This record gives sequence, structure tokens and C-alpha cells, in this order.
Amino acid sequence: MSLRVRMWVLAVGGLGVALLLAGAFTHMPDFGGTWHPYGTRAVAEALRQHSANAVASVNFDQRAFDTMGEQAVFFGSVLGTVVVLRQAGDEHRTAPEPAFVSAPVRRYALLVLPVTVLTGLYVIAHGHLSPGGGFQGGVVAATALHLLYIAIDYRALQRVRSLTLFTLADAAGEAGYLLAGLAALVAGAAFLENVLPLGTFNTLSSAGTVPVLNAAVGVEVAAGVVVLLAQFLDQAIVIEPADGRGHRADGAARAAPEGGRP
Amino acid sequence: MSVLPYLVAGWLFLVGCYGLTTSRNLIHAVGSLAVCQSATYVLLLSIGYRRGGTAPVHSDIAPGSRPLVDPVVQALTLTDVVVGATVTALLLALVVQVSKRHGTVDPDELRELRG
Repeated sequence: MSLRVRMWVLAVGGLGVALLLAGAFTHMPDFGGTWHPYGTRAVAEALRQHSANAVASVNFDQRAFDTMGEQAVFFGSVLGTVVVLRQAGDEHRTAPEPAFVSAPVRRYALLVLPVTVLTGLYVIAHGHLSPGGGFQGGVVAATALHLLYIAIDYRALQRVRSLTLFTLADAAGEAGYLLAGLAALVAGAAFLENVLPLGTFNTLSSAGTVPVLNAAVGVEVAAGVVVLLAQFLDQAIVIEPADGRGHRADGAARAAPEGGRP
Repeated sequence: MSVLPYLVAGWLFLVGCYGLTTSRNLIHAVGSLAVCQSATYVLLLSIGYRRGGTAPVHSDIAPGSRPLVDPVVQALTLTDVVVGATVTALLLALVVQVSKRHGTVDPDELRELRG
């Protein structure tokens, strides 16, 4: 389809969608209004389940089954990226070279690293009390590890980052969530029902299974993001194409119509 | 103008679609898709907004003391962000492979099937 035809299709389709959306928006509840039937009920339920953070209560208690699906999407996507970015038969691995890092960058990155790990763990552990949770804290914790790459070089990151271990942790997080759901069945309740004692409101040991599920998600996301980023970093730094062209082979030569691959 | 936030969401979605259609670079296309997805964040959060409302978190406010914004749509937005991020990662991985196998990331040049 030529660009001209494509733009016409887009214009007609876009105009249609815009009209439908504008029509729908005029019938929506007023912005900022007080009518939030689901929200009101969700907050009441969160308070009943002793969860200070109502969003965490919705995610890990009232909609825990949906979050299991969301977690499965994350798991599947990490798996898919590992498969798509695996080392092809005609590629080989090179050892990354030591990199020069200026002293202030190294100093501050190493200084911030433990703080970031701690922040990640805090955000995971307090998911049922304050904004945050397994998904957010997991990403923070995974980012912390990559400060090693900024502070020292890729070899330092590789030494700490055992991919076998993180892949296993990723699977263990996913399995932990399922097991927490099955534990509820053993206790005689529904799958993923909040069966643990609810504890004292607004303390670490409250909200029943919410912190447990948060921890499982936190482990999975932290490990999953590390594995995910490892695939991209390996592509950029470690994996070389077979014919000896570097990664930064000029785009012009590679974009030649039939001159792509040997 | 109580419809304005909804219109912003619709505008974001259409701008993302425009970017996807006119894209000459697959990485740019993935970015445009992320813009489309962010329209849903804006839409969800504007549906849940409540004038004078605060975050639905009771760690520092007494329950019932202040109006709260809707936690349900915030939870949905979290799901949306997570799924959006993972989809972006998977698509970028595919772009890396397309670039390696075809030597280009211009969707218009990717006409024939290969390898």
C-alpha cells in the first residue's frame, strides 16, 4: 500500500474512531464526580481486609486471580524474549572488554546501589501499606543490580548475575503465587482467597495473603527483569554475528537490498 | 470542560495510531504503540478521579476522613502498565532479530519473507 493510500485509510478510520470516541465521552460519568460505585465498594472491602493500600487489596485480594494472569503474561513475555534473543547457530560469543569508568560515576553508582536494593525491598515489603508492591519494587531491585554495569563494567555484572539462578527465581516467584492460591484450597477456601489472619491494620503483618502474594510477584518481577535485560545486553555486548562484522557495522552496508547475509 | 481528560485520552490514542501508520522505523513504531497504550492509562485514571480526592492509601490518613479516588481503575492501570512494558520488551526483541536477519528496520523495506 502506498503512503498516499495508507494516509487516506488512516484519515477515514481515524475520523470514524474520533467521532465514536467523542460520542461515547459525552455519555461518560462527569470527570471528578462523586459517583464511583466500584471504588467505594473496593475501599470498604480493603478496610474490611485490613489492607491500608486499597490498590494492593484490589490487585492481590479482590482481583488476585486476574493478577495471576497478569503475572503469567509477564512470565510468558520474559520466556518469549529469551527464545527470540537466543544465540543463533551462526553467531558466537565474545568476552566483553573492561571499560573505563570515571571515578565520580563509579563512586556514586556504587554508593546508590545498596540504597536502591533496599528501596526495592522496602517497596515490595510495604506494598499492602503504602503505594508500591511486587511489580514496582521488583523493577527497582532489578535496576539496582544494573548499577554494577554503570559503575564498573559488564564483566562485573556478569559475575554477580547468575542467569541460571535468576531464571529459577523467576519460575519460583510464579510458582509461589500459584502455591499461595492452592494453599487456600487446602485451607478449605476458594482458590487465592485471603485465608491468613488479617492482623493489625496498617502494620507489616496485616492484610492476610496480600504481602505473601506481593513477595512472590516481587521475586518474579525482579528476577524476570534481570533475565530480560540480560538478553538485550548480551545482544549488544557479547553476541557477535558470524562474519566478523561488529554490532555497529554501518547501517548503509547492511541495508543493501540483497547484500544482507552471506 | 468535564470531558477534556477523556478527549486527551482519545487524542493520545489517535496520535499513536498516526505514528504507527507513518512509521519508517520499527523502534519508532514500538514507541508509537506505547503512546497508544498510554491513552488507556489517561482514560482509566480520569474515570477514577474524584475532585478533592486523595490516593486510596490509608497509611497516613484515617479511613473515611477524606474522599478517595477510585482504586479499581488504578489497579487496572497497574495491570495495563505491566502488560504494556512486557509487550514492548517482546516487540523490541523481535526488532533486534529483524534488524539482524534483514539488515533494516524500515517496515516498508520488509516486503518478502526470509529466514
